[in-house]
Amino acid sequence: MKKRWSPLAACSLALLGASIPAEAAGTPSLEQMWELIQRQQQEIERLKALNRALEQKMDAAGEAIDQARQAAAQADAKAGPGTVAEAHAESGAHTPFHHGLSGRTTVGGYGELHYNNLSGKGGAKDKDEIDFHRFILFLNHEFDARTRFASELEVEHAFVEDEGNKTEENTAPGEVALEYAFVERDLTDQLQLRAGMLLVPAGIINETHEPPTFYGVERNPVETNIIPTTWREGGVSLIGRPAPGWQYDIVLHSGLGISGGSNFAVRDGRKGVGKAPANDPAVTTRIKWTGFPGLELGAAFQYQTDIGQGTDPSVGSAHLWEGHAALTRGRFGLRALYARWDLNGPGPKSVGADVQEGWYIEPSFKVTPEIGVFTRYNVWNNQAGQKGPTEKRQWDVGLNYWPHADVVFKVDYQQQENEDGKDQNGFNVGVGYMF
Amino acid sequence: MITGVCLRLIVIAVGLLTVAQAHARGVYQEPAAFIDEVFAGDPPVPKALWISGKAREGAERILGHPPPSLRVRYWQREKRTAWILEEIGKEQPITAGIVVDNGQIERVKVLVFRESRGWEVRYPFFTDQFKGTRLGADAALDRSIDGITGATLSVRALKKLVRLALFYHQWVSTDP
Repeated sequence: MKKRWSPLAACSLALLGASIPAEAAGTPSLEQMWELIQRQQQEIERLKALNRALEQKMDAAGEAIDQARQAAAQADAKAGPGTVAEAHAESGAHTPFHHGLSGRTTVGGYGELHYNNLSGKGGAKDKDEIDFHRFILFLNHEFDARTRFASELEVEHAFVEDEGNKTEENTAPGEVALEYAFVERDLTDQLQLRAGMLLVPAGIINETHEPPTFYGVERNPVETNIIPTTWREGGVSLIGRPAPGWQYDIVLHSGLGISGGSNFAVRDGRKGVGKAPANDPAVTTRIKWTGFPGLELGAAFQYQTDIGQGTDPSVGSAHLWEGHAALTRGRFGLRALYARWDLNGPGPKSVGADVQEGWYIEPSFKVTPEIGVFTRYNVWNNQAGQKGPTEKRQWDVGLNYWPHADVVFKVDYQQQENEDGKDQNGFNVGVGYMF
Repeated sequence: MITGVCLRLIVIAVGLLTVAQAHARGVYQEPAAFIDEVFAGDPPVPKALWISGKAREGAERILGHPPPSLRVRYWQREKRTAWILEEIGKEQPITAGIVVDNGQIERVKVLVFRESRGWEVRYPFFTDQFKGTRLGADAALDRSIDGITGATLSVRALKKLVRLALFYHQWVSTDP
């Protein structure tokens, strides 16, 4: 890989070179040659010893410098627990900042700007708008090696405004909201306990939804309308990893609160854990297998005794089934998901919302490590319990370009074939990041 | 029904809290034990590679940030080298032991894992993918490694460490 002259070789050569002119006056005798070789050998031995001593000094100096760097970093992490603080000190890079009396705090974030250019037909609206859809900041803190806090604070649609400043033209569409905020404790190496505001473990993107991690400018409509991403609830969960590749989640959490005003659509039942009704909690369980490189298989089940939270006697219990697969093999990727709600009670049944279901399949291909193309076929119906024209279908085809692993530019085209004839077709452009 | 489920969950949680064993989280093998195992109980004297000049530039290109120390220790016997390296996944450093034999990966083992997500990278079903990989053009791996959904950052950190070990191996193997 590289060639360099060692100090020893260079000095020997110089010595030899210096000796030759002195003897060049006449041909040296064998005795003179022998004496010369002896002198050179002594010099070589002396230089070897010098070289060894220099190497030892350099090694000692390097050791001292590394130790000083580690000591400085450890002093910075003075209140942190041993193992992780030392590891940070040794790694040198990405050292988090320290705050308060103990532990380490880290910040991060993600965000995405979208431009939608959609033409409505059959009574659907046109959409031609630009929107900084999400700006999220992570704030995490590690109290000790087994106890940590994690949170995401979101500004959606760029800004919010005082009620008094709102006009018909300026409706200030944004919101500021917690996406999640929980404390996590490792009970053992295989078992964790979480408590706080949690992301419901259902679907592919509800928990992992940073823009560089998925295809398409907008999140897919099935994991928007059937699994109401980003879906968070207040509660407590146990996360177990009983064997290589296996994970299970058991979560007891606040539930949805749907109403007839929105035809009992589950997405509108999210309460955001803000003084939310807690009359009827829900239980979600999930099992996930990632025991083969590039493959995730997952299934979730949720049950809630009253999905109306006692506010509507026509609404009863509900349960959700969800199953998905995500595969990446070399350049190829494939995601597929199915989800179905069954709602009891005469209210949802009267509008066909007693069954709400959807599925999608999304093959993708990485043309280069930086460029990937995909297509996705989505079908969903929030009133699948009736025979009316309520099913929605959408094709997406598009491209992601990652100039950096954590930055993505996206473009896609969407074509709807909704049963009611109200379609929005057109293209979307976006940029996203995470750090 | 829901009340019964709640009560059972609470009882399970309290029980687990009570019996939880407090031991070092995520230390799967001590680095010294790994080196001992790699050299069948007779490890060579460790050497130090100075990370300077072009070696530093190469390491920085692979890591995406400056290497954390001036030197890195390694163990070498003939054309086989062993390395203990660290890189942060999302927030915490992952410590890996990597063995390179004649320019190709012989073994990768996650020795310490401290992240709360991405723990799957420690299992052989993932790390065995690296066996036989070499450095290709631009110090990239010569074959693709399948990731793990939801563990993107841990996978990325492991790939960097494997590339770094191959790069360092190449460096010490050609050093006169």
